Amino acid sequence: MGATISLPALLYVVVDNLSRLAGDIRSEPQISLFVELDAKPDAIQELDARLRHQHGIRSYSFVPRDEAWQKLRQNTGLNDIAGGLEQNPLPDAYIIFPETSTPEIIEQMQQEMQQWPGVAHAQLDTTWVKRMYSLVELGKKAVGVLAGLLGFALLAVIGNTIRLQILTQREEIEVSALIGATARFIRRPFLYAGAMYGLGGGLAAWFFLWGIVGLFNLSIDDLSRLYASDFRLQMPDWRTALVLVGGSAGLGWLGAYWSASRALSDIDPL
Amino acid sequence: MIRFDQVGKLYPGGFEALKKVSFEIAKGELVFITGHSGAGKSTLLKLVAGLERPTSGTVLIGQQNVSKLRPVAIPYLRRKFGMVFQDHKLLYDRNVFDNVALPLSINGIVGQDAGKRVRAALDKVGLLGKEKAMPVTLSGGEQQRLAIARAVVSRPSILVADEPTGNLDETYATEIMKLFHDFHQVGVTVFIATHDTHGAAASGGRVMHLDHGELQ
Repeated sequence: MGATISLPALLYVVVDNLSRLAGDIRSEPQISLFVELDAKPDAIQELDARLRHQHGIRSYSFVPRDEAWQKLRQNTGLNDIAGGLEQNPLPDAYIIFPETSTPEIIEQMQQEMQQWPGVAHAQLDTTWVKRMYSLVELGKKAVGVLAGLLGFALLAVIGNTIRLQILTQREEIEVSALIGATARFIRRPFLYAGAMYGLGGGLAAWFFLWGIVGLFNLSIDDLSRLYASDFRLQMPDWRTALVLVGGSAGLGWLGAYWSASRALSDIDPL
Repeated sequence: MIRFDQVGKLYPGGFEALKKVSFEIAKGELVFITGHSGAGKSTLLKLVAGLERPTSGTVLIGQQNVSKLRPVAIPYLRRKFGMVFQDHKLLYDRNVFDNVALPLSINGIVGQDAGKRVRAALDKVGLLGKEKAMPVTLSGGEQQRLAIARAVVSRPSILVADEPTGNLDETYATEIMKLFHDFHQVGVTVFIATHDTHGAAASGGRVMHLDHGELQ
């Protein structure tokens, strides 16, 4: 049961983390403005002035070509390749953070800047983020569908377990009903049992998830280090945990209710 | 207290267990219902205690019409009765004490109060020393007395018994009948089905005779 619940939970973790990754970048859309390689210093100054007066820019920074070259060699382990190059192939660049994050406005801004004199290329760094964002959306839907299907499975499993339990206590139920027990009184212990099964399943799923994420992170740490990133899979927050455990307990209760009510109307049709 | 008016019970499959039965039982009466097996005695008792609904006519218990009672109200109706079943319906996986305590726990009575009442009921039927015994270890007569203790533990105003002496030898049977008389003496309405017509007539109560579902 725990394994059943941990499947959608695991997918949820993956999608949640992807969305976090996408969210980090998405919240900071940026335009990279590459200056023409043979631009004169006064052309750069003119660009600077234009940027200073441009509306809709939150901040911008100038990245001189030498500095960029140095960073590239330091960070990405391309030293060998870079060493083979005789001269710096990088242009001077501006990195611009717009005030808004609306893709249309930023796109318009990028197209405008592309026309500026001295600009070799204005690049918008949001297209792939957009793609990833749609993928994440798709993933979220997949989580929903899987959770729904496995929720039904959980309902059936617990309902059936309770049904078997009722069969072994049929006599007791019958006698209780005949001497005046209400349906609620008869159902109650089975509802508790169902909810406990669900709760146990939810907790087990949480521990499975915890173990699996820990295991994955061992490898992800290595991978992240290679990409000079500090990305790790994160466990969902306590609210999600509560929903997971509470939801499966609720499903257990529901399965038991369903099963017990059916058995009860079988035993005492009045 | 209990009134049957033109009551009929037709079971699925076409068997007509009761045909236009009308009678009235007053509070505090001792009534025997006799008849051959299959005459409809058990059906009549089930209708009296709210275990089944009639297919025609009206069954009034107190002021309640059983045919019109909603399912959620049925359990509360059943609690007014102490029911002794033909086959005892004891729970064989529980000891004597727990069997008798079941109606109390259904009524929400637990703990010391329940303990006192269970012991009082067991004392009345002479099983006080056997609280911890399991029902299978009891003799037929003792099992019957245990069933009676369970029926009276919540002090019902009506005691209904289906063939309470059916499988017992004469000594035990007399003992059991004396128990029912004792309850009648203290004001409980007692309604007993039996095939023993002579014994019923001799014991001083009112006797009703059923023949093929019809009251004679």
